[in-house]
Amino acid sequence: MDHKMIAKQFLITGMVWAIIGGLMSVLFRFQLGYPEAEFHWMKDLLGKWVNDKGQITAESYYSLVTIHGTVLVFFVLTAGLSGTFANLLIPLQVGARDMASPMLNMLSYWFFLAASLVMLSSIFVETGPFSGGWTAYPPLSALASAQPGSGVGMDLWLIAMALFVVSSLLGGLNYIATILNMRTKGMSMTRMPLTIWALFFTAILGVLSFPVLLSGFILLIFDRNFGTSFYLSDIFIATNNVGALPNEGGNAVLYQHLFWFLGHPEVYIIILPAMGMVSEVMAVNSRKPIFGYMAMIGSLFAITVLAFLVWAHHMFVTGLNPFLGSIFVLLTLLIAVPSAIKVFNWLTTIWRGSIRFTPGMLFAIGFVSLFISGGLTGIWLGNSALDIHLHDTYFVIAHFHIVMGVAGMFGMFCGIYHWYPKMYGRYMNNTMGYIHFWVTMIGAYLIFWPMHYEGLAGMPRRYYDYSQWESFKQFIELNKFISLVAMIVFAVQLLFLFNFFYSIFKGRRVRSQNPWGATTLEWTTPINPGHGNWVGEIPEVHRWAYDYGKDGQEFIPQTTPVGANETNHH
Amino acid sequence: MFFVIAVIVLIFVVIFQIAKASEYVSILKGEEVSRKQNNKINGFLMIAFLVLGLIGVWWCNELYYDKTLLPHESASVEGKKVDEMLWVTLAVTGIVFIITQILLFWFAYKYQETDKRKPFFFPHNNKLEIIWTVVPAIALTVLVVIGLRNWFIFTGDAPKDAMVVEVTGKQFSWMFRYPGKDGVFGKKYFRLIDEAAGNNLGQVWRDTTIHVKNSRGGTRDMNFKADAHNFDDIFAAQTMYLIKGKPVKLIINARDVIHDVGLPHFRMKMDAVPGMPTTLWFTPQFTTKEMAEKTGNPNFTYEIACDQMCGNGHYSMKGTIVVVTQEQFDAWMMNQKPAYYTAFPDADPNKKVDTTAKAGAQTAQLKLK
Repeated sequence: MDHKMIAKQFLITGMVWAIIGGLMSVLFRFQLGYPEAEFHWMKDLLGKWVNDKGQITAESYYSLVTIHGTVLVFFVLTAGLSGTFANLLIPLQVGARDMASPMLNMLSYWFFLAASLVMLSSIFVETGPFSGGWTAYPPLSALASAQPGSGVGMDLWLIAMALFVVSSLLGGLNYIATILNMRTKGMSMTRMPLTIWALFFTAILGVLSFPVLLSGFILLIFDRNFGTSFYLSDIFIATNNVGALPNEGGNAVLYQHLFWFLGHPEVYIIILPAMGMVSEVMAVNSRKPIFGYMAMIGSLFAITVLAFLVWAHHMFVTGLNPFLGSIFVLLTLLIAVPSAIKVFNWLTTIWRGSIRFTPGMLFAIGFVSLFISGGLTGIWLGNSALDIHLHDTYFVIAHFHIVMGVAGMFGMFCGIYHWYPKMYGRYMNNTMGYIHFWVTMIGAYLIFWPMHYEGLAGMPRRYYDYSQWESFKQFIELNKFISLVAMIVFAVQLLFLFNFFYSIFKGRRVRSQNPWGATTLEWTTPINPGHGNWVGEIPEVHRWAYDYGKDGQEFIPQTTPVGANETNHH
Repeated sequence: MFFVIAVIVLIFVVIFQIAKASEYVSILKGEEVSRKQNNKINGFLMIAFLVLGLIGVWWCNELYYDKTLLPHESASVEGKKVDEMLWVTLAVTGIVFIITQILLFWFAYKYQETDKRKPFFFPHNNKLEIIWTVVPAIALTVLVVIGLRNWFIFTGDAPKDAMVVEVTGKQFSWMFRYPGKDGVFGKKYFRLIDEAAGNNLGQVWRDTTIHVKNSRGGTRDMNFKADAHNFDDIFAAQTMYLIKGKPVKLIINARDVIHDVGLPHFRMKMDAVPGMPTTLWFTPQFTTKEMAEKTGNPNFTYEIACDQMCGNGHYSMKGTIVVVTQEQFDAWMMNQKPAYYTAFPDADPNKKVDTTAKAGAQTAQLKLK
């Protein structure tokens, strides 16, 4: 029940899913890059997912993209990211012996594991896993007659997601309670490291928006199994002589509102913890305070509030009321302001610093670069008139993979490299870390940057094959290239995995209690902290978390009392 | 295959050995010395990444710009506004992109740790922070104003002289209906769909009574009166004919799951939702033939791409739009037979002159070519 152990459980389960999800993307990139190639060895490995010629079938292609999206968004970047680092860092950085409720915390993990197992089992059912896209829009997701994957596979998908929502609610409530109630003496809210602030807002977002998703799923379960018509109306299925369905009066767009009411905050649930860790790692390794601490908190707060008010920008082409659409345009583009503040503050943080390029710091810098690149295309897509043209094209794929997918992963890597010494009392290998960073960084841009051009040609997402389309078939060479780079980048992640597990046992031992020279509380614990974290009293906090380079001192830990002659005290 | 795997494993082993060796070396040299060495290498890589990255951005544009839709003018009048907006947005975000990326990697390179460097304690500066709150806010206001002006045009009412076509998506093809001479679409109801009888849309052609199950397990009767507006409605599968220079309003339906009418060349798109008709309007400004000349692609086709995941055949859900002149359109329309008459040949007043109609259709086909 120790929070550090639960953090490791979340992390390793998340890594298993990252590998499964990543492998899936390699497989469907295979199809996109080499649609004509025949790979008979895949037939032995994948059975009926592959046709007799050794090519991935359309059905399995759609299963792959759907499960890839679901597990990467929810299991890796939500559970693997905030599950890991909220558990690890909240008690250590606020000065608590454990979470407010270790029991709930443990249940949160076990619900996540149950969700994982159910999702995993759905891959092996006869009719295949769910294959209607990770957003699971009904009627497609409601009707097994519309797509085989919407049969048992979808039932399992919904059960897995419901378990996952329970897991994240248990976790979220616990994080909020711990941060509000369990801070050590002197740790006022405005002395907390930005990681804790970010995890705090993340938990609030999750607790308020996940229940809405669950309600949407419950209505979908009713429509699927109990003959209700929340989302269904006027449907005629031609396949297998199904004919007209009895449902009338429902509205398919209702689901989209309920889904995106979580779905949009979800991207901030992913990116806020990454932002928090990047802020912390940047300050530590620039040997300089984070610039504009209060502005950073303010912008996190602004993003959190706005996150609830922009969901319909995913729905500009659903026939949304134009006036409503215009409000969502305004609120969506407003998010660019706090995002810009954060970027400029990070830039100012490294300005005139004294930067140490640890692997964690490299990933932090990479995160900022990706966040800029992907964030700016959000300004294109958030503007409804322009979104009409770009909606559901590869431009969108490029946008959200850069700003949420890869950037979220970079935040995770940044956290893993930086807090690895605290988790295992050893270092990860630096050289492998550098290779991992540079190949991933270059690869990510090579994969996703050209996709903007495919989007500008109107090339739609979720197409199994483009060769029959006069308007889109010009990109076959580019798709080959992208697929090739994707495979290399995936291989380098295996290097990271090897480094991670190898270093647990054989890594260089940490000899100093505070290897990075950081001010925060987790580095006042023993090198291998036991249950309860601190031997003896929990230390008292006297200052904020960012006194680096102040008054000529390299850094002043939060536990050091304020001296009589100190300048501009926080 | 095994060869590839062997090579990959070999590369891994080499990397691992180098990584291990460098770790021992760094322990021997001392942490601080090796840290500074790593700083130098990574600092250099930062600036190299910046320079090569910016060259890469330019090079990527050289390679792929011509393959996008941008080199040729939008095929719809309204689409020109989308393109204008795209360029303005690109200018604003492009400037920010270049400045911030240069600053990021240049700072990273310049301020790497050295013996002499003292980090500058600089926790906040209100003036700076206000500047970079206000400046983005102003830039975004401009973009929002341009965007919303276009948004209200695109989603507003179609011009009064617009022709109307009903588009219906089904797994995995498109169906079109023209209102015929009376200019009014006849009523339809999804339970009347009968593909075998040629009623793909469920038009109310005859007085009909159907039995519908109610929630308590019983049945209730539903009565329909034949709608005369249906008799002249023209049905077309897969290909939609539109007129150059004439605004068209599409009334969009779906028969089974959600689809999306994606029209990249016209810069337009709208979902097709079962049970909830949506609309979209635009004005084609080039015929298919003119576009083929403009793009230099003799096979040029206005394709309707389904842009909403709709099942395993989603990727093959293609429709075609043929934009022609008014005369060509009239000639085509004259030879279309209402679906009602196909389903009920006895009701067709032109039944006897069927042979001449066929001949006429052939000449019309020739004219189109």
